[in-house]
Amino acid sequence: MIKLTINGKEIQVPRGTMVLDACQQAGADIPTLCYDPDLKLAGSCRMCVVEAKGRPNLMAACVSPAENNMVIETESHDVVESRKIILELLLARHKLECHTCERDGSCKLQDYCYRYGVTDSRYAGQGPHFGMEDPNPFIKRDYDKCIMCTRCVRACEEITGAQVINVKDRGHHAKISTVFDGKLADSNCVFCGQCLMVCPVGALTSKVSAGKGRSFQTKGVLTTCTYCGTGCTFELNVKDDNVVGVTSVRDSEFSPVNKGALCVKGRFGWDFIHSPERLTTPLIKENGEFRPASWDEALNLAAEKLKGMKDKYGTDSVAMFSSARVTNEENYLAQKFARVVLGTNNIDHCASLCHSSNVAGMGAAFGSGAMTNTINDMGEDARAIFVIGSNTTENHPIIGYKIKQNVRKNGAKLIVADPHCTDLATMADVNMQFQPGTDVALLNGMMNVIITEGLLDKEFIENRTENFAALKQILEKYTPEYVEPITGVPADDIRRAARIYAESEASAICYSMGQTPYSTGTDNVKSVCNLAMLTGNVGRPGTGVNALLGQNNVQGACDMGCLPIAYQAATDSEIRDKFEKAWGLTLSAQNGLTVTQTINAAHAGQIKGLFVLGENPIVSDPDIQHVDEYLEKLECLIVQDIFLTETAQKADIVLPGLSFAEKEGTFTSTERRVQLVRKAVSGPGEAQDDWWILCELSTRMGYPMFYANAEEIFEEMRLLTPSYAGMSYARLQGSGLHWPCPTEDHPGTPILHKDIFSRGLGLFHAIEFKEPVEL
Amino acid sequence: MANYKDIIVGCIDKKGGIIEAFHALQNEFNYIPHEALVEAARVFGVSEAQAYGVATFYSYLSVEKRGKYIIRMCESAPCHVAGADELLKALESQLGIKVGETTSDGKFTLELTECVGQCQATPVITVNSEPVFNVTTKILPQVLAAYK
Repeated sequence: MIKLTINGKEIQVPRGTMVLDACQQAGADIPTLCYDPDLKLAGSCRMCVVEAKGRPNLMAACVSPAENNMVIETESHDVVESRKIILELLLARHKLECHTCERDGSCKLQDYCYRYGVTDSRYAGQGPHFGMEDPNPFIKRDYDKCIMCTRCVRACEEITGAQVINVKDRGHHAKISTVFDGKLADSNCVFCGQCLMVCPVGALTSKVSAGKGRSFQTKGVLTTCTYCGTGCTFELNVKDDNVVGVTSVRDSEFSPVNKGALCVKGRFGWDFIHSPERLTTPLIKENGEFRPASWDEALNLAAEKLKGMKDKYGTDSVAMFSSARVTNEENYLAQKFARVVLGTNNIDHCASLCHSSNVAGMGAAFGSGAMTNTINDMGEDARAIFVIGSNTTENHPIIGYKIKQNVRKNGAKLIVADPHCTDLATMADVNMQFQPGTDVALLNGMMNVIITEGLLDKEFIENRTENFAALKQILEKYTPEYVEPITGVPADDIRRAARIYAESEASAICYSMGQTPYSTGTDNVKSVCNLAMLTGNVGRPGTGVNALLGQNNVQGACDMGCLPIAYQAATDSEIRDKFEKAWGLTLSAQNGLTVTQTINAAHAGQIKGLFVLGENPIVSDPDIQHVDEYLEKLECLIVQDIFLTETAQKADIVLPGLSFAEKEGTFTSTERRVQLVRKAVSGPGEAQDDWWILCELSTRMGYPMFYANAEEIFEEMRLLTPSYAGMSYARLQGSGLHWPCPTEDHPGTPILHKDIFSRGLGLFHAIEFKEPVEL
Repeated sequence: MANYKDIIVGCIDKKGGIIEAFHALQNEFNYIPHEALVEAARVFGVSEAQAYGVATFYSYLSVEKRGKYIIRMCESAPCHVAGADELLKALESQLGIKVGETTSDGKFTLELTECVGQCQATPVITVNSEPVFNVTTKILPQVLAAYK
């Protein structure tokens, strides 16, 4: 520790602390422009200058290490004069359009000019103006407001890793530019808007939010993004009951996964909330045309139809699709509605097309079908990352950014296996562009190398796994030379990849939809589990088998039981007994039909009615022609959604629900983190909470359901869901909790299978390569 | 003409390699061609935007195509006193271009420079970094004619 005096106050800080940090710890408010706590230091703006006794010059606090016995003044006469001059110099080139500027009220230059009474500049003269308008739909750059702090350049490089912009020229002519001073859209820019997040002035602003309200006119509502499974949080900016923008939350307590970083979808893709195409009233189809209806009429008709089919054709003649986009509370009620009110276990959602291979594969190998580690592991602890079947930077951008950061900043090794040459592949240590569907062969090839070269973790295999002998035997023939013609990957690349993965201290596997939606999807998942166990890469930070789930609440929808073969199986009498007691009814002991089975059953005339909540199977299912025909065959189709989707257009009754911005609830991200969704604005027209619609239907069908709010549903759900049992809305306020969280004092479980696998011993599966039937 | 890839690879072990590569490229081509800049970024492991930033930071380096002969007119005080203004006007009118431009036949590019240290013989111009002394408006046509 070193001791220093700041504005007469003595404090102690660890060696290596910068003067700026020390001053802030001592309670001094130091103005900064180029400094950003998440970025490399630039030390260029000189706003943070302070006076150290005995030193000839003022020092830039952000780049000066604190030294023992320093005596520092942060607002001395010289310091203030120096800052004023810097402000005047900046104003010489800064267009003072505060009255129309988006950042009026949230501009550091404005704040500091106010603080130091700088009204205009003595240095005003003719400088260059760069009036370039970049014709992209998202980011506006006004060069005449730029103060050349280079925070945008550093954010692009260090947070997103896109490295699209830099400083062109120097002196008066210096400006931020892409290579060859081109348009952003022609560069590798991903329009994440991290540049906008870090800009301290109005040089970078959102075109989507332009003119819709400034920070002092809007209220920020912290919530969870509704796009992919990463689970980023941000603030919706609300003005007059309208969402007018998205702001980053840079405090990791409230933005634990993304720390403010967002992708183009999260930052700019919120305009659907107030789309004129939103459903605003229930619709009933008559003579092939929709007409608006009252809630009473629509709900009564829906209840009557569902009840009619149930009575006429039996309980299993009706099926329900829930959604990986709606909340846990709504999914819980949806499956309760199906099991209790419709009386069937025919409840599924799109996860059975993508995630069910994980549930089956990882479930068999580890005993739990969910991502084993955390997203932050990919950015920090993993020393080698093996990405297979995931275009991470496009589909889970924030996770992609973290992988890039880990590779660039910490020197983590990167192996990419994908039939495409993805963005990550271009920076990989080994890039294996393999033939689609040959995952098992490739993985077996890697494992063959690991065993042949003795790179396996014998202790882990002995103590924590079973059935290794069977795997070993089958792997014998999968030499890299045998695998090369199958996969198209050179044998030496397979060897290099295997060595990197096996030799690193902590290796993480990341995979996504490239692995799972095949007839061999479960084999693929079991194979990555084999690879992880073979090298002891499970249960420690930076390791694991990390399935990146596509939608925001795939994990939650599955956890809530919206699967025909649920985590808590209906065939298990003990589990059934628990639910029967809680719900007061006898439940079907038969597993239900999956999405694809439902469609076939409808073709066969067994399924007569379908209730779809927030899914669009006509677009998302594998054989859309087949789905289209089947929806035609139904006696009654009820769709609850926020838009008149392709599926909703086929419906007999359409019920308008609410978007994520209009409701309370929780989402469970791909890393099993349960986070709150908070209401920011009212829904359009007569649209209603999705859980309210389910309750009303249920009540009208003879099973009364009443909840005051989403939290009450959560409270009921957690009593029946052991992995959520210890959670409550109060506990989820900050950064959420990772399941399993079995008790109210349990801190949650960021890393699964630490000392013991969920199933006890990890199970190796001896898997032969076979061609998937799809190819 | 040498291959730009060979030139870049030739600088790989030099200290501050990418700047050395830019110099070598400019010596060969009189400017840094775009494809060479992209290749240099790849070889030296920096982003294209950063390579471009480095190339544009130094006024001596150019990323725009330039003529076969680069004329730099000194704009420092001694040349100014010796009539640099007038000479510059003559250069512009005889070449038919402004400062920073290249003649349409690709022969000459006209630029300004700070003092080149030859103040004993003002006004001074440099042509491809070789100084030409005592250049007056009168002798300018024959000076230019010497460059084919």
